[in-house]
Amino acid sequence: MRVRFITSIFGVLFCFLVFSFSAYAQGTLDKIRKNGALRCGVNTGLAGFSAPNDKGELVGFDIDYCKAIAAAVFGDSRKVTYKPISGKQRFSALQSGELDVLVRNTTWTISRDTKGMNFRAINYYDGQGFMIRASLKLSSVMDLDGASICLQAGTTSELNLSDYFRMMGMNHTSVVLEQVEEVNAAYDSGRCDAYSGDLSAMYSARLVLSDPDAHVILPEIISKEPLGPVVREGDDQWFDIVSWVHYVLLESEELGITQANVNQMKGTKNVRIRRLLGLEKRGMIGTDLGLDNDWVINIVSAVGNYSEIFERNLGQGSRLGIARGQNALWSDGGLQYPIPIR
Amino acid sequence: MATKSVFNEMRLSFLIGTSGFRRIFYQVLVSVCFFVFCFWVWGNVVDNFHRSNLVSGFSFLDGRAGFDINQSLIPYDVDSTYRRALLVGFLNTLLVAVCGILLSSFIGLFIGIGRLSHNWLIRSFSTLYIEIFRNIPPLLVIFFWYLGVLAILPLPRNSLSFFDILFLNNRGFFLPKPIWEGGFSYVFTAFVIGLFFSVFVWRWITGYHLKTGKELPRFLISIALIASFVFFGRLFGGEAVVFEYPLIGTFNLKGGLIVSPEFLSLTFALSFYTAAFIAEIVRGGILGMGHGQLEAALSIGLSRFHVLRFVIMPQALRLIIPPLTSQYLNIAKNSSLAIAIGYPDLVSVGGTIFNQSGQILEIVFIWMLAYLSISLITSVFMNWFNTRMKLIDS
Repeated sequence: MRVRFITSIFGVLFCFLVFSFSAYAQGTLDKIRKNGALRCGVNTGLAGFSAPNDKGELVGFDIDYCKAIAAAVFGDSRKVTYKPISGKQRFSALQSGELDVLVRNTTWTISRDTKGMNFRAINYYDGQGFMIRASLKLSSVMDLDGASICLQAGTTSELNLSDYFRMMGMNHTSVVLEQVEEVNAAYDSGRCDAYSGDLSAMYSARLVLSDPDAHVILPEIISKEPLGPVVREGDDQWFDIVSWVHYVLLESEELGITQANVNQMKGTKNVRIRRLLGLEKRGMIGTDLGLDNDWVINIVSAVGNYSEIFERNLGQGSRLGIARGQNALWSDGGLQYPIPIR
Repeated sequence: MATKSVFNEMRLSFLIGTSGFRRIFYQVLVSVCFFVFCFWVWGNVVDNFHRSNLVSGFSFLDGRAGFDINQSLIPYDVDSTYRRALLVGFLNTLLVAVCGILLSSFIGLFIGIGRLSHNWLIRSFSTLYIEIFRNIPPLLVIFFWYLGVLAILPLPRNSLSFFDILFLNNRGFFLPKPIWEGGFSYVFTAFVIGLFFSVFVWRWITGYHLKTGKELPRFLISIALIASFVFFGRLFGGEAVVFEYPLIGTFNLKGGLIVSPEFLSLTFALSFYTAAFIAEIVRGGILGMGHGQLEAALSIGLSRFHVLRFVIMPQALRLIIPPLTSQYLNIAKNSSLAIAIGYPDLVSVGGTIFNQSGQILEIVFIWMLAYLSISLITSVFMNWFNTRMKLIDS
């Protein structure tokens, strides 16, 4: 009797689990339109990418991408439901259909790409770095033999670090916590000698420590971390929309279209600009994606071009002060390369 | 005539009203609903796996883990398999559960008895303890220990040290690590023989006590017996164990045995939290007994300790054990809160694995199976213990 009772409890638990997995038959775009808002998975608190400002609104680089996608779909960048999510939960949340898109400084890797998710646009080229206390007076990662290192669970950093230390024949103790806030607190309290993660995240984490000036970021980078928006596999239309939002942001920067001048640009004779903004006769660029033809105008009026998003959240206009570096346009020696709009 | 027509009209409802029919009908109805539901769920699972491009099954367990685990009871490194990593997590969960159960029983017993004390200070302290820990969620107690108590310990360079043998700092508690030498097998054998003899002697003393009523210090005698055997084992076998002491290194102490602050805070938090409930169970068990038992025991001249030890507790245990079992199960299950402070338990390690491999359903299945078996084993043991206590009483 006891055994039967336990088996049935087991069955019920199993069913609950599977419920949260249940499938969606219709296309993602139609579903978002029906819901009236885009469900965007974002970081729980990473200054510059996704963190609340002093008015309690979420702001950041990733948040602006959510807004840009909402502007493309609805013509209104406010129609977003933000879903702050931990590094560990993000993929299962996306796959279960809880999120429409994941914009959570997520690294594109082959194993992630082949496990039910799709990556294409790279909106930030990053690499794994280390932050240490300035009082340790160390200059290189090679000096960290035997150190305790704080990390976030479910990240590529966790794997890169193990591989790197092993390759260099060094020892370390990794202290892995689930939420960014917990990692920050553990490092701040002195539980670890170093903090490792994406370089951009190190700059961001330093801002929230009790004494930011007491910490330095080591110059070395031990990995490639191409970050970008992620969608579920199996909906090519939605995948195209999310990817092309990034490319039109780059194209707008290249063509000098900004949040301030996008409306004046409507009078221009430049064919590339007219095509991008959907002003050409019988232009189909927006409608082919399942959007309106003025989708680019909506995006740029809402959040500006790539350069504006970068500078506002991460660059010189922000507290992080990160240089464009690899994230400059290809024409300026960077890696950001807009795909032809034609 | 009139009765017959009424009977015709009522036939259907009569059928439903029949207890035998009703019993079968509802059981069939529930079973059919249940199977339809299961079928639908299974269809969803297959569909989702297909859509997410995942292959279901447990073959992924042989893949390379590639991540570190900072506390492991068995050999583990980044090249180990997922299977091994899960085993490490499972053992870490068991470790916390066992330590938590022992510590919480100990604290709970004292606080529970303390609540009934005639001493105002002890009684008030016990009440205060129970009211504080019982009314705080266990997660907050864990954070209190991790961020409030252990995080303010000194850095490794300024470790608190006890005679340069034990060290305490914010990276953990450092103990000398025993390294077994050649004489170990002799000493161990001598220890086992000593243990065997002491059991024998213990029984004899108990028999002697029952026959003559005279008390012999059986505990001391047993310890002395074991100690002398170990001593001779050491004499013949040579060095049994040497200790590796922790030394100050670049970042942290090197060598020795490390008990991580994550483990300490989790064990302390769960023990302190659960001890509050156990204390109430102990108090309930003692108060649940007739007052006459206590008065009778005192009137035949037993000391207060002997009253508690030989009269009160054996009877109170019957009332204490069943609710105690659920508290023990709670400790095992609450240990999954480890994730909040980065203690690598089964849930934490499993989470990392499903994040990497995408095999969420399999991992959840393993989690459920693991907790279910821990709980069932605990229940079985406690039920056995309960039956045994009952038999002795009757």
